[in-house]
Amino acid sequence: MTATVDAVMLEARAGALSKRSIKTTAKMAGIRLAIECMDLTTLEGKDSEGRVRSLCAKAVRPAPHLPDVPSVAAVCVYPNLVRVAKDALRGSGVKVASVATAFPSGLSSLEVKLADTKAAIASGADEIDMVIDRGAFLSGHYAAIADEIAAVKALCGPVHLKVILETGELGTYDNVRRASDLALDAGADVIKTSTGKVGTNATFPVAVVMCEAIRDYARRTGRRVGLKVAGGCRTTKQALTYLVIVKETLGEGWLNPDLFRIGASSLLDDLLMQYEKELTGNYAGPDYFPKD
Amino acid sequence: MSSIFEYAPAPETTKPAIREQYGLFINGAWVAPQSGKYFDTVNPATEETLARVAYASPEDVDRAVRAARKAYDKYWRKMRPADRAKYIYRIARAITERSRELAVLETLDGGKPIKESRDFDVPTAAAHFFYYAGWADKLEWAMRAGREPEPLGVAGQIVPWNFPLLMAAWKVAPALACGNTVVLKPAETTPLTALALAQIIQEADLPPGVVNVVTGDGATGAALVSHDDVDKIAFTGSTEVGKAIQRSLAGTRKRLTLELGGKAAHIVFADAPMEQAIEGVVNGIYFNQGHVCCAGSRLLVQESVHDELVVRLTERLQTLRLGNPIDKNTDIGAINSRAQLDKITELVQSGIDQGAVLVQQSCTLPDRGYYFPASFFTNVQMSHRIAREEIFGPVLSILTFRTPDEALEKANNTPYGLSAGVWTDKGSKNMYIAQHLRAGVVWCNTFNQFDPSSPFGGYKESGFGREGGVHGLYEYLAH
Repeated sequence: MTATVDAVMLEARAGALSKRSIKTTAKMAGIRLAIECMDLTTLEGKDSEGRVRSLCAKAVRPAPHLPDVPSVAAVCVYPNLVRVAKDALRGSGVKVASVATAFPSGLSSLEVKLADTKAAIASGADEIDMVIDRGAFLSGHYAAIADEIAAVKALCGPVHLKVILETGELGTYDNVRRASDLALDAGADVIKTSTGKVGTNATFPVAVVMCEAIRDYARRTGRRVGLKVAGGCRTTKQALTYLVIVKETLGEGWLNPDLFRIGASSLLDDLLMQYEKELTGNYAGPDYFPKD
Repeated sequence: MSSIFEYAPAPETTKPAIREQYGLFINGAWVAPQSGKYFDTVNPATEETLARVAYASPEDVDRAVRAARKAYDKYWRKMRPADRAKYIYRIARAITERSRELAVLETLDGGKPIKESRDFDVPTAAAHFFYYAGWADKLEWAMRAGREPEPLGVAGQIVPWNFPLLMAAWKVAPALACGNTVVLKPAETTPLTALALAQIIQEADLPPGVVNVVTGDGATGAALVSHDDVDKIAFTGSTEVGKAIQRSLAGTRKRLTLELGGKAAHIVFADAPMEQAIEGVVNGIYFNQGHVCCAGSRLLVQESVHDELVVRLTERLQTLRLGNPIDKNTDIGAINSRAQLDKITELVQSGIDQGAVLVQQSCTLPDRGYYFPASFFTNVQMSHRIAREEIFGPVLSILTFRTPDEALEKANNTPYGLSAGVWTDKGSKNMYIAQHLRAGVVWCNTFNQFDPSSPFGGYKESGFGREGGVHGLYEYLAH
């Protein structure tokens, strides 16, 4: 039986964690960590090869004039652009993540989803970000979803599988917990909040619930599964709060790119701006940072 | 292992104005005590002296009561209620405007984490003044039909050291709204925010003598209680002192409200939302280092989830940050005084001696200041002192039960009855338990929720009378 969640106290807890004051050395360490754990993402219908190459350059060296700043963890793209990203990132250590399984809705047949995944892997994807079928979940077809995740995982083999729950469509924290437990049991390597394509994306309380599910699963099975928060994370303050949530719920053992990711597109610019501010004491204008 | 993301020190940098020496606030002015004596108030986090504070002797208390009587007859009872409201609003606004400064002052003088004084004590204190300001010209709506609201006269109010400004607000705001005048006696170890409130009241230009503040110790309080010209005593503090006050007032005309100790049952059922129940338990006992009369200090957990809860709580303890309360990331601040630290230490030793098992957060305590790590006991039996006596520190006693009725029996098996908490995902069970708990406030799937519109007070030896809400008005109106 899955654990139940009380919304009022959960939100109070998430609110308290968001009030941690992260200053000076902690802020700089946090910013570097957030960059190191970032899936720099572009998932738009207008994405092109040029756009992806440009993003990859930024992923490898986010700020050439700030040598302490690490590369991001991965670049996240649609399957058709995996090959381009793979070429652009060769030798950099930055991974290529591909969304798959009829992203973002997941409303296709299993055959199509598996074919989608297979194509992404064949193009060189190191990581697959799959979506669950929320319609099926809300109708109570939990076993069907578990089977689907297991099937995709079987296809992935060593390729890292992130399972997107799309928490903004699940309606309740109880459902977030249930979907997390389901994905964990079905073999996910990472559970991920959102596609970034619906009104509500990652939130602090949702991240707390998912961390709790991951912690309980690790306690039960010994297997460490990662968390990815995605969508809606645009500011350094938000990113640092997610680090605080992971640190205080799962522990620092989860604060590395294998077990924690932030999926974002514009966040990197704010992180760099805040980092430079900590270094120099002054805010540089946004034009001092490349806008890719 | 070194930390990859350790929080850097984040001290609150606001510096409140603290005078070297404080007189008594009597008749709208700062006056030297006739006793000629002063005492030090110290920062329990560093043991440094913050200021010297006047010691009010019985003669000083008499002066304050006479000032309050004069102000009652001359100004306050005759004032249009809407005008009284304006003054109370002014106090509320001033508290809001000076909230940061007051929060820092509260933390320096009392040892509580700045995040609590900033996010709870000060805003809630302001909220009480706002709330009761609104009542001042609407009192007939609080009365039974045909009854006119009539103030009592001079109220002597004695507040404790755990929520110094907030407890002062709980008492002063309804008294003023109802048309009474006040002599306020703050606790010996935490006088500074009450004195800051006196400054605010002076700047708000209240008529002289409407609020007077006399600082001192138990003897000062006793002089106020026994003064002939006081019409009402409101006391928050220990049950022992409360009983002494009630005895001394027997046979007098004085009205009395008492808000005393507690040993609240906090009940966790097997079907509780466990992660949040743990947060509720942590909040219930470690908020303000457990210096809370309504603290959930007796955890009753259903046997089938006892072991799981203990594992989770042990883990959670390690993430609590104990240290200088002025740091914004501190969860557990300083114990209020050396005397309180000694009392906690003695009771904890009794728990060990009686066979309970102690679990504590592992952390280094600061070299100076009074600190006690967040702790809990398992294997606690109902007969243990730690299951019956109020520890008033960050120490939880965990007991078990098997059925809802056994939970109720154990929960109610205490001379106290101030608060209680229940955790279950089943609404009907929540209602059933809440209905049968003999406690003034019962929190269901939450803990430590306060609002000025909600009455607060005890059953049994936790006291009588209510503070907050409409009920809080009755304690300051003749009936």
